[in-house]
Amino acid sequence: MRAFLGRIWREKGGRTGILLVALILCIALIVPLLAPDPNKIDVPMRFLPPSLLHPLGTDNLGRDLLARVAVGTRSALWIACVVIALSMAGGLTLGVIAALSGRLVDRLVTGFCDIVSAFPSYILVFSLVALYGAGLGKLVVAIALAFLPQFARITRSQALTLRHRPFIESARLMGLPATTIIRRHVLPNIVGPVIVLASMNIPSVITTEAAMSFIGLGVQPPQTSLGTLIRDGYVFLDQSWWPIIGAVAVLAIATLGCTLLGEALRDVVDPKLRREP
Amino acid sequence: MSDAVGIIWRRVLTGALTVVGAITLLFLLIQFVPGDLASILYGPRVTDALRASLAERMGTDQPLPVQLYLFLSHAVRGDFGTNVISGRPILDEILGVLPNTLALALSALGLSLLIGIPLGALAAVRPGSLADRILGALSVVLITTPSFVVAILLLLVFSLALDWLPVAGAGTPGDPVDQLAHLILPTTALAVGWIGYLARLVRASLLEVLAEPHVRTLRAYGVPEWRVILIYALRPALIPVIAILGMALGDLIGGALFAELIFGRPGLGTLAYNAVVSRNFAVVQATTTVIVLVYVTANIAVDILSGAIDPRFRRTAGEEAR
Repeated sequence: MRAFLGRIWREKGGRTGILLVALILCIALIVPLLAPDPNKIDVPMRFLPPSLLHPLGTDNLGRDLLARVAVGTRSALWIACVVIALSMAGGLTLGVIAALSGRLVDRLVTGFCDIVSAFPSYILVFSLVALYGAGLGKLVVAIALAFLPQFARITRSQALTLRHRPFIESARLMGLPATTIIRRHVLPNIVGPVIVLASMNIPSVITTEAAMSFIGLGVQPPQTSLGTLIRDGYVFLDQSWWPIIGAVAVLAIATLGCTLLGEALRDVVDPKLRREP
Repeated sequence: MSDAVGIIWRRVLTGALTVVGAITLLFLLIQFVPGDLASILYGPRVTDALRASLAERMGTDQPLPVQLYLFLSHAVRGDFGTNVISGRPILDEILGVLPNTLALALSALGLSLLIGIPLGALAAVRPGSLADRILGALSVVLITTPSFVVAILLLLVFSLALDWLPVAGAGTPGDPVDQLAHLILPTTALAVGWIGYLARLVRASLLEVLAEPHVRTLRAYGVPEWRVILIYALRPALIPVIAILGMALGDLIGGALFAELIFGRPGLGTLAYNAVVSRNFAVVQATTTVIVLVYVTANIAVDILSGAIDPRFRRTAGEEAR
């Protein structure tokens, strides 16, 4: 693990990525322990500029913005992890099934992926939330569905190249059950590119969640995310522009850090994937 | 040549199937929405008579496959029914705002090509130089900053603080200067990410072309470096750019949704958003269908275009057909 991090550290952009992600993790995990209660309303103290007491100022209800940004960051990271886990699990399952089953199943799965990707991802998430209503859980499922085809496609293509490799064929000839072959021989060999794809998608997931929450169709107050914080700041922009700055900065740092880290991870795990920017 | 026609036909056919599949998926998703439309639209005042008349008007009293068939056959003819809230045909409402959204997405695409390609080429000419490293860092920052954040920041700086550009709307119809002024900020907000992405794509692709033997031969013949790059290397290096144009347009239309809301521009995004707020599913369904249609069509066009431009693709496609 240490050697692995060391290789990322030496990769171009990897160092900045590690540092930025570490900063974000600090904000999400350590700041809430030190900062005041993010929900403590103190109306006379509203719209304060940054000070020692409130490093990012206060919002329209006099709540401490650093504490709120910390909670928002935590939920953004949490949502990103759950979304990626869901679409990775779904994509791996569909991809392996498509690659190792018959032609018809393969056609159905690829067709499904094509149909889902016929919607630009924002539009798919938007329509799903539009139909089923806003809220954290529904948003997570909607974003997971939008990212699923990528995972299914990469799993399928990786599994297809394995399918006729001698060690898989011999495992099959030995009469091992399909589930064992998949678990012991297929999955370990395709997991690398899938992990890379997952890490490259984390920034997009964070952005999508923030954007949907920003327009009021994602996380609903009193739950907090970076998107709802940006929305609150946007609504009161004519009175104070401090509230929006903190959340926007953290969102930008989070996406930048995760992107740099993801790219360094890709270059370390599989330099062949590098071709594309 | 007949090979090419066959390939194009196959591409159009799969595209059409995908659109039909997408419409079906959307239709099925709507069926699973909990609660019935009548009580959502009329609220607690709903009566059985109102419910029945709405069901008849919307065709929801028919069995599911019949509804799907009716929706598909109407959609193919461009008939999405009537907006139950405004009483106007949905297609008219969509066509009324579609040009605004397309103008925004296309101008953002144009702007990102116009800036992204030269930036990428500049970086590739001297790899590892200071300019290259600055451009590399800049591209990552541009790519990772979400476009709605850029939109808010632009609004903050140029409309509210500096008061240089109009804040909201799409401009007075028939006044091109005013419309253009309203287009600048949302276009920039949308284009920023793609400028960074295209710069990196062009850089990588141009570096690859410049390493090829035919470029070395050109240099050995004494062709000036600017001619090597601009005339011989940049053209093949742009093929990957063309290949992602369809995806870019889809992404920009999706992003336009947020830009329209932030800048208060009438467009598909605002139309769909208002429909969501009033739980007007038919309008959401129709808007999404139109966007899918535009997106899939753009992708087909791009595929055909890449085939027409890239001789390698043409040959392999021909061999494949044989």
